[in-house]
Amino acid sequence: MLAKVGLNSIEELFTSIPEDIRLRAPLNVPHALSELEMLARFEEIAGRNTAARRPSFLGAGAYAHYSPTVVDHLISRSEFFTAYTPYQPEISQGTLQAIFEFQTLCCQLTGMEVANASMYDGSTALAEAVMMSERITRRSRVVVSPAVHPEYLEVVQTYVQHAGIELVRAEFNEGTGQTDLTDDAILNDAAALVVQSPNFFGSIENLNRMADRAHQAGALFIVCVTESISFGLLRSPGACDADIVVAEGQSFGVPVSFGGPFVGLFATREKYARQMPGRLVGTAFDKEGRRGFVLTLATREQHIRREKATSNICTNQGLVALAATVYLTTMGRRGIEEVATQCAQKAAYAARRISALDGFSLPYSAPRFNEFVVCGPQAADGLLRRLAEERNITGGLALSRYFPDKPNDFLVCCTEMNTRAEIDNLVNGLSSLI
Amino acid sequence: MANVPEKLHYSKDHEWVRVEGETGTVGITDHAQHALGDVVYVELPKVGDKFEAHEAFGSVESVKAVSELFSPVSGVVTEVNESLQDEPEKVNTDPYGEAWMIRIRVGSAGEVDGLLSSAEYEDYLKAETE
Repeated sequence: MLAKVGLNSIEELFTSIPEDIRLRAPLNVPHALSELEMLARFEEIAGRNTAARRPSFLGAGAYAHYSPTVVDHLISRSEFFTAYTPYQPEISQGTLQAIFEFQTLCCQLTGMEVANASMYDGSTALAEAVMMSERITRRSRVVVSPAVHPEYLEVVQTYVQHAGIELVRAEFNEGTGQTDLTDDAILNDAAALVVQSPNFFGSIENLNRMADRAHQAGALFIVCVTESISFGLLRSPGACDADIVVAEGQSFGVPVSFGGPFVGLFATREKYARQMPGRLVGTAFDKEGRRGFVLTLATREQHIRREKATSNICTNQGLVALAATVYLTTMGRRGIEEVATQCAQKAAYAARRISALDGFSLPYSAPRFNEFVVCGPQAADGLLRRLAEERNITGGLALSRYFPDKPNDFLVCCTEMNTRAEIDNLVNGLSSLI
Repeated sequence: MANVPEKLHYSKDHEWVRVEGETGTVGITDHAQHALGDVVYVELPKVGDKFEAHEAFGSVESVKAVSELFSPVSGVVTEVNESLQDEPEKVNTDPYGEAWMIRIRVGSAGEVDGLLSSAEYEDYLKAETE
């Protein structure tokens, strides 16, 4: 092969890499294993991961829900399981129809009029929503709730830092655990108000009231949802007068694993469709009058509008959006409502039992969905570590990771996956460790 | 041959402006609408926005392409033709009449000096197509 390309040694292939940073020694990799040996080796390594098998009360943006087996079965079919989402209508009616149905489901869940083919994840969807509000209002000041997921706010900051958009944080009500808009002037000249509900601390926000405040100031109202199962029980953001709704769709049939995959939902009002980022599938009719599916409003996108495009996204999160579509279609309206009800009831039970323990309290009074903050009698990170080591329970997230001023607080999440016995073990574990 | 009414001023970007007192009414030419094809969307600025001459003030989207709209004169937008939101096809049917796009309070009387007359614009089109 070297002779074919006119070289004498492998080394010559790397002459463009400076000498001093080239690896001189052979790579330190183990010797080859047979398939049998390799499987045994990997099973041994995987067996060390006890955390993955512990009962878990972790939420905070990623949620462990049950995924019916049909989800993996259908998304693994070769017709769907491609490396890249093909968009040509001539060859991709199945894929395009699945995306169209995903968009329809997003609209039904969020109560909005138009939804796109999906974004990378909830946080990037939120960043896109912020930039969209700037395009629509031509204002550059965006007010964000401090109870939006801290990592979402970091992503938004990364997106807007060179776009001339200033993020302003609203106040936080330490009594209710909700966003505080008592500062009358804060929304003056704002492009948008961004609120997450249920918020990072588990509190359900008063969306109607905040929508009114935003609209009185001429700002758009952007609602962000990290736990999409909550759509099954709470009034939709659309019904609360939101202008843009973004959500993380991982809860819909996608297991929690290191760093993803995630999928962003993005929905808005029809009048703003031309300012929306991302791909959009619509229906059309062929020359024989049969219904078909095609990409539409593509003039928003960068292959046509270049640097004036609404976004640099040229794709969607195809496979994960498909998983969400299969999940939602399988569960149906009643199924999602049932899952949401179980989550809320289990969280309510856990909250009641934990707050009855000596030394533990619930600092926030607002209504909750399936997450809540607990204030313990000692540093939460140490307490949770001992709970994991001594009781084999992942008890939640210590808030000190994001909020150093809340050392004793931790966030507990319940889903339909947590049995009553697990919740009782959590309560007993907490009470025995202090 | 494209329709090029007299008494309008034309830019090489294929916009026209009709100046009456301090107000300039701006649209795209018959030649431009023909080249674009069926117009499906017109994006316009807001009243109060300020533009320099040759600055983009919006865009027009046809089934073929998206093109920017360049203001032939500088000034402040005093009125926007909202009816184009619902009936963008007027750009094809009546580019010099119903499909006017914005009215601008023109910066100074000399603004139109650098623009083309109808005869000059016709020559310009001829040269462009040759």
